[in-house]
Amino acid sequence: MTARSLQSGASARERAATPSLWSRIWQNDAPGYLFLLPWLIGFLGLTIGPMITSLYLSFTDFDLLTSPDWVGANNYMRMFTNDPKFWASMRVTMFFVVFSVPLKLAFALAVAMLLNRGIKGLPMYRALFYLPSLLGASVAIAILWRQIFAGDGLVNKLLLVFGIEGPSWISNPKTSLWTLIILSIWQFGSPMIIFLAGLRQIPQDMYEAASLDGASKWRQFVKITLPLLTPVVFFNAIIQTIEAFKSFTPAFIISGGTGNPINSTLFYTLYLYQEAFGFFRMGYASALAWVLLALVGIFTAFSFLTSKYWVHYDE
Amino acid sequence: MSDGPAKLTVVTGAPAPGRKRLTSILIHVALLSASVLMLYPLLWLLAASFRPENEIFTSASIIPSAWSIDAYIRGWNGLRTSFATFYLNSFIISGLSVAGNVIACSMAAFAFARLNFRFKNFWFAMMLMTLMLPYQVTLIPQYVLFRQLGWVNTFLPLVVPKFLAADGFFIFLMVQFFRGLPKELDEAAQMDGCSPWRIYWKIILPLSMPVLATAAIFTFIWTWDDFFGPLIYLSEMKSYTVMLGLRTFTDSTGESDYGGLFAMSVLSLVPIFLFFLFFQRLLIEGIATTGMKR
Repeated sequence: MTARSLQSGASARERAATPSLWSRIWQNDAPGYLFLLPWLIGFLGLTIGPMITSLYLSFTDFDLLTSPDWVGANNYMRMFTNDPKFWASMRVTMFFVVFSVPLKLAFALAVAMLLNRGIKGLPMYRALFYLPSLLGASVAIAILWRQIFAGDGLVNKLLLVFGIEGPSWISNPKTSLWTLIILSIWQFGSPMIIFLAGLRQIPQDMYEAASLDGASKWRQFVKITLPLLTPVVFFNAIIQTIEAFKSFTPAFIISGGTGNPINSTLFYTLYLYQEAFGFFRMGYASALAWVLLALVGIFTAFSFLTSKYWVHYDE
Repeated sequence: MSDGPAKLTVVTGAPAPGRKRLTSILIHVALLSASVLMLYPLLWLLAASFRPENEIFTSASIIPSAWSIDAYIRGWNGLRTSFATFYLNSFIISGLSVAGNVIACSMAAFAFARLNFRFKNFWFAMMLMTLMLPYQVTLIPQYVLFRQLGWVNTFLPLVVPKFLAADGFFIFLMVQFFRGLPKELDEAAQMDGCSPWRIYWKIILPLSMPVLATAAIFTFIWTWDDFFGPLIYLSEMKSYTVMLGLRTFTDSTGESDYGGLFAMSVLSLVPIFLFFLFFQRLLIEGIATTGMKR
């Protein structure tokens, strides 16, 4: 169908010596818009439309069954002044982002640098380190993690070899979130691959020149590698931070959907899910979603604005 | 693993050959122990799924004392509905998602990379914006919409968005690739009177098999792994995916039958692992060139 309409557009071009405005639009713009059509429908119907609706719902009480009741800014007021669970989930998510992202990127960079020294077996190591990234988002891995860090789990059995009796890491509120941070760090494979690709771009002669000048490896790292790698660091940091904000499945599986013990794994997304699909407080959940969007937006804008002070781009 | 960066500082200046060799050995030792540490949980899971039930919680080794597939048989029929149904559902959803993403995303990418039309840059910027958008912001209205359409408890809410190129990431991936193809091809074809549709279908797509394959594989894996979508849209057990089946297992029988749970966990990872085994080059290149999240 599309092919025929494009061809009729082409033959229209041959007929009209001085094309009218309409046929010019048809010839120039129609093919592009026809190809873009599925995406456009999706963008308007599944992204922009729902975004506007969601903003509206965030100012209402809505239980899915009766029509939404306008309540002004009540949802936001309640969130910030009268909802300890909101603050608990905010604290958990921030803690997770602040610790998991830098640690994950540090591991990724350290391993990438070891792999970038022209060692034998690079493809094998790269694949092995990448495997957890690929499998890690699965429910099966979350189930495995719950077992590994249980009281009678694998970690404690290995600790017992050294005579240490470990606690149940999962059911202790002081350590439960750390098990999820470790799960995230364990998946450092994909930022590692991106770092490796970035390290390849750094010209080797820069290092040769530097070492002729007597610069130590550490100085070379600080003065050459790190500055030239900042665009990649920047990219990885943004992607991983947004992913960390959106993380849901591991916390859901490990806590059985509760966010316990004592809300210590109540990720923001998990709290939002509970409000929306546990209690059917769709208005309140929409307000939570918009606060999340604002958070991610502020973070992204802040990163881009500060990037000119620390990210080095080639001219 | 953590003593890696420290080792970089050890060698200064031009090292003697013997010292260089020592460094290289040390690096291999560090990398190998890191690999073992990272893969140990996976190997332990695999071993646990083949262990006699009474041994699962007493052993930290990755070699079972006796091999048994009892857990697989128990787990496969451990719920009211057999895992065969869950696998069929997961394959249908993932297969349709692959088709949808490859068709719709390549069409949009072709428009962005090869055609000119008004407001193209604006739409492209919008598409990039959707990459950063947390899905929670559209979640509830989408749910309301699909519910009004009577699509809840069908596969449609999980599949139809793929045919509308909702995953902008793959558009971006393909735009990057299409831009790398020589423009002369299109121009020559246009001279010969080829329509944009023919150029897309006969020239661009056949030359783009690597990127289409990358998109197809990642779509399959991500859809296979998806937990949140099925969790909110599928409520009847006969329409469950493998991931929902596993979750139900942990809620109901999981506490008593760890063997069955582990066996089904291993099985759920098999399709992803097979993709890893056969297409890891494609996957790794896909990540290296475009910076995929996982």
